Amino acid sequence: MIEENLLLILVGLPFAAALAASTVPTTAHSAAAWVSGGLLAMGLAILAVLHAPIAEGEVLRSTLAWVPSLGLTLTFRMDGFVWLFASLVFGIGILVLIYARYYLSKSDPVPRFYAFLMAFTGAMLGVLLSGNILMLVVFWELTSILSFLLIGYWHQGQAARDGARMALIVTGLGGLGLLLGMVLLGQIVGSYDLDRVLASGDVVRAHPLYPLVLALFLLGCFTKSAQMPFHFWLPGAMAAPTPVSAFLHSATMVKAGVFLLVRFSPVLGQTELWFFAVTGTGMLTLVLGSVIALFRHDLKGLLAYSTISHLGLITALAGIGSNGAILAAIFHIVNHAVFKASLFMAAGILDHETGTRDMRRLSGLIRFMPVTGSLAIVASAAMAGVPLLNGFISKEMFFAEAADWHNGTWLDNALPYLATLAGVFAVAYSLRFIATVFFGPPATDLPKSPHEPPAWMRRPVELLVLVCLLVGIAPGLTLGPVLNLAAQAVLGPDLPYKAIHVWHGFNLPLGMSLIALGAGVALYALAGGRVSQGPEGPPLLHRLRAQRVFERLLLLFTWKLPRQLHRFIGTERLQPQLRLILLLALAAGLATLWGGLRVSPSPLETPLNPAFAAMWLVGAVCAIGAATLAKYHRFASVVLLGGAGAVTCLTFAWLSAPDLAVTQLLVEIVTTVLLLLGLRWMPKRREEIAEDKLRPARIRRLRDFIIAVVAGAGLAAISYVVMTSPLIPNVGDWFLRNAYAEGGGTNVVNVILVDFRAFDTFGEITVLAIVGVTVFALLRRFRPSAESVALAEAAARLEDTSLAHALRVPAVIMRWMFPVMMVLAAYLFFRGHDLPGGGFSAGVTMSIAFLLQYLAHDVRWIEDRLTILPIRWMGIGLVIAGLTGMGAFVFGYPFLTAHAQYITLPLIGKVPAATALLFDAGVFALVVGATVLMLIAIAHQSLRVARLRDRDSGGQAETEGA
Amino acid sequence: MEGVLSGAIGVLAASGIWLVLRPRTFQVIVGLCLLSYAVNLFIFATGRLVLGAPPIMPRGGFIDPTAYADPLPQALVLTAIVISFATTALFLVVLIASRGLTGTDHVDAQEREP
Repeated sequence: MIEENLLLILVGLPFAAALAASTVPTTAHSAAAWVSGGLLAMGLAILAVLHAPIAEGEVLRSTLAWVPSLGLTLTFRMDGFVWLFASLVFGIGILVLIYARYYLSKSDPVPRFYAFLMAFTGAMLGVLLSGNILMLVVFWELTSILSFLLIGYWHQGQAARDGARMALIVTGLGGLGLLLGMVLLGQIVGSYDLDRVLASGDVVRAHPLYPLVLALFLLGCFTKSAQMPFHFWLPGAMAAPTPVSAFLHSATMVKAGVFLLVRFSPVLGQTELWFFAVTGTGMLTLVLGSVIALFRHDLKGLLAYSTISHLGLITALAGIGSNGAILAAIFHIVNHAVFKASLFMAAGILDHETGTRDMRRLSGLIRFMPVTGSLAIVASAAMAGVPLLNGFISKEMFFAEAADWHNGTWLDNALPYLATLAGVFAVAYSLRFIATVFFGPPATDLPKSPHEPPAWMRRPVELLVLVCLLVGIAPGLTLGPVLNLAAQAVLGPDLPYKAIHVWHGFNLPLGMSLIALGAGVALYALAGGRVSQGPEGPPLLHRLRAQRVFERLLLLFTWKLPRQLHRFIGTERLQPQLRLILLLALAAGLATLWGGLRVSPSPLETPLNPAFAAMWLVGAVCAIGAATLAKYHRFASVVLLGGAGAVTCLTFAWLSAPDLAVTQLLVEIVTTVLLLLGLRWMPKRREEIAEDKLRPARIRRLRDFIIAVVAGAGLAAISYVVMTSPLIPNVGDWFLRNAYAEGGGTNVVNVILVDFRAFDTFGEITVLAIVGVTVFALLRRFRPSAESVALAEAAARLEDTSLAHALRVPAVIMRWMFPVMMVLAAYLFFRGHDLPGGGFSAGVTMSIAFLLQYLAHDVRWIEDRLTILPIRWMGIGLVIAGLTGMGAFVFGYPFLTAHAQYITLPLIGKVPAATALLFDAGVFALVVGATVLMLIAIAHQSLRVARLRDRDSGGQAETEGA
Repeated sequence: MEGVLSGAIGVLAASGIWLVLRPRTFQVIVGLCLLSYAVNLFIFATGRLVLGAPPIMPRGGFIDPTAYADPLPQALVLTAIVISFATTALFLVVLIASRGLTGTDHVDAQEREP
């Protein structure tokens, strides 16, 4: 139990550190480093506690239910392999923190760096400890995203941004592949639990989808571990701060890929396909990476390609998959992490203290920084595989596997030669690093005068180099036991213990090592000078840059092709877009209904009333008239639109929908006023535009006319068929039966709106409020066109005299009507639950009452006497409706559950007092607020114009006065 | 009645669609209003035409649903009327603002290039 909790705490620690680090002030370097380092040290302590059960071969598990309904659990598990890897991450993490404390300059923002670094550590730990393969992918993607943020830490630089983006695209793409692969794998196995997956290797390998799963899985691993041809993101990622490179490219990010390869080799491995794909890619990367590394002039570039090459070595071992190979792979994961982290840190110190990373400029530094120089020399000797250092032993084990293990394929036969070749180049580039940077004549033209770094910046390097030596001299005593535990965790508990020795006697691997050492030294001695003179990259190969290919592809797919596609099918003009939408809708309607649209055998027939037909004759004339006049005679068009609206309203009244009729009538009034207010800001259009009479315009109109007629005829046909087919019993019957019993109202439409479907209404009034606020916001910064201003000026002159005269009598009547309309609104509101009316119609009535006052008098007169705060009305309405809904929580019911009863008031009698009425009050207030807000906002524009004019004339007067 | 109403829906929709495809913003607004009439009537008509039987019932007792108009389409249309008013207002304001900013009332905020 304790161990389970410790496991959870272990995963939580880095995230806690990230949270803590994100809150420190931007300059508190030490605080952030101490907090993060302290929490990571706690992690190491937990790992020490967990070592005892792990050493007994136990697998620790801890499960948290995450989404139980989907069977998703947060499962963490730890075995010997994970334990070793996690210790590596924590150990190097602490050293990187110490190093970063001295590496970052005072101006670098602190919280961002430490928070990202710690969150990244947490994500990496998540990858290691996940007991569920889908969860593993989630953490995997998290490492991609956080590495993007870390690489782009100095986002001011173009290189950092490009490098970060490239790393994200490549590893993210791989992550996508991994996700698909894992989903398929889970489907094949029947479970996403890692233990079940690891135990079903035979099922997976026999499945017909095995090659696809393998390809997707390897895409994920190879992109993450920078295997060719996906290696190019890693050199680009060198734009990151050096502590980030030291962490990401030694122990974490890139090792996640090989971790997964080793972890899944018992499931997906042991086949010829696996061997060729994994070992083939690994060997290619190993050889080419080491060749390119020799030709890099940038210090971190050399280390980047060396990292790629070493990852290739580990990949090749995972591909071989024998017991010894897996052990060697795990061993090399650790060794490479140790010496590469120290080398990155050393390179960072050199960069920090000299101001350049160009090996052609660095020279003779051993004189200025003897300690750092010695450390770097030892570490690079470990990288080259010099005996008595850790790199030598695991490399020796690799040589042994390459030479001794056989399956008879051509690749297998070529392995020893390729391995030796890569060894030669590894020695050569390590030698180049040592020889050019630390020996030779002292450099003269360095940006800074070199000296030793602060002692604590060097401590992590010293410790790591010490580890290189200890492991190199006494591997069996230091790492032997944990390595065997890790290998057992991967391959099975009955794996025999393998002792690790430095000395195996004179055998083939030793011979290969000696050849590599000798030939490497010779190669550097012969070609070293020429390499320094040459271009950055090996001959011929430097022209073929994967990075450039990637950029070309990126440009093609994210810029050129989309733009061509856009030019081909896109348009910025509204008319073609609308036409396309209409045509698509038309086509969809025709395709689905063609031939299927049939009038039912016993059609419903309501006897025709000639008055109804005559009414719609007028309605149709109004509609067509509004359509034809909308361009040149806007006022007439508004009037005709109102006519069509009135006929619609009468139709509702005729056909048993009194609520609709009332609402339609009121809304019609408000809409017409709104349009009339808007008319003033339209441009003049007295004479016809000449172009409109030309042939293209005529053709356009004809085409749109045909579309309109076809669509209208289609809609008419559909509605006729719908209207005449007999009504089947539907949900409306339920509403009718239960409106009174459940909702306590006799007007079913209103009960539906405020009770049964009150949540929809709540959403709707929210939309109304949003529209109101949007209108208000749009008009606040509105500037009318000059033409309209001139028009308004002319109107303003008229306004003062004749208009006031003409409106005198109506104005008085409208003023008198104000209280009457308020009573009408109240009446509509209260009867709403039982009879036609309700919050909507009452609200619109109320706003018409306000509106009439605005029509009767000018704005200033009205606002001196009456203050309306529409925003407040809206807010209060929304709050009332929401609170009424939440009131149901108090009684233990869901949101918006209504309660209904009648109470008797003196004089008035029985009135409905449902809580729905309260909700309706909210609707009422909001409708008033929104409507008045829109109307006033438009009406106020003339006032604003007047104010602008006043200010302008005032400004003129001032200038004249001066 | 059914024939007349479906014809009316057709005419309203056709006028509305023709206007929506026009180049001037005011035409588009009028078109949207006409189109919303057509759509509202159509939704309303899916409850079939019922004469003189509004969905307002006596208090209590058994209720025969076939004796009343279908309340659901009416509730839907009531919502639609209010929302279409809101969108009309919003479009009108966008029209005014766009006209003020660009000096034209063309839907593309610029006159068609010759």
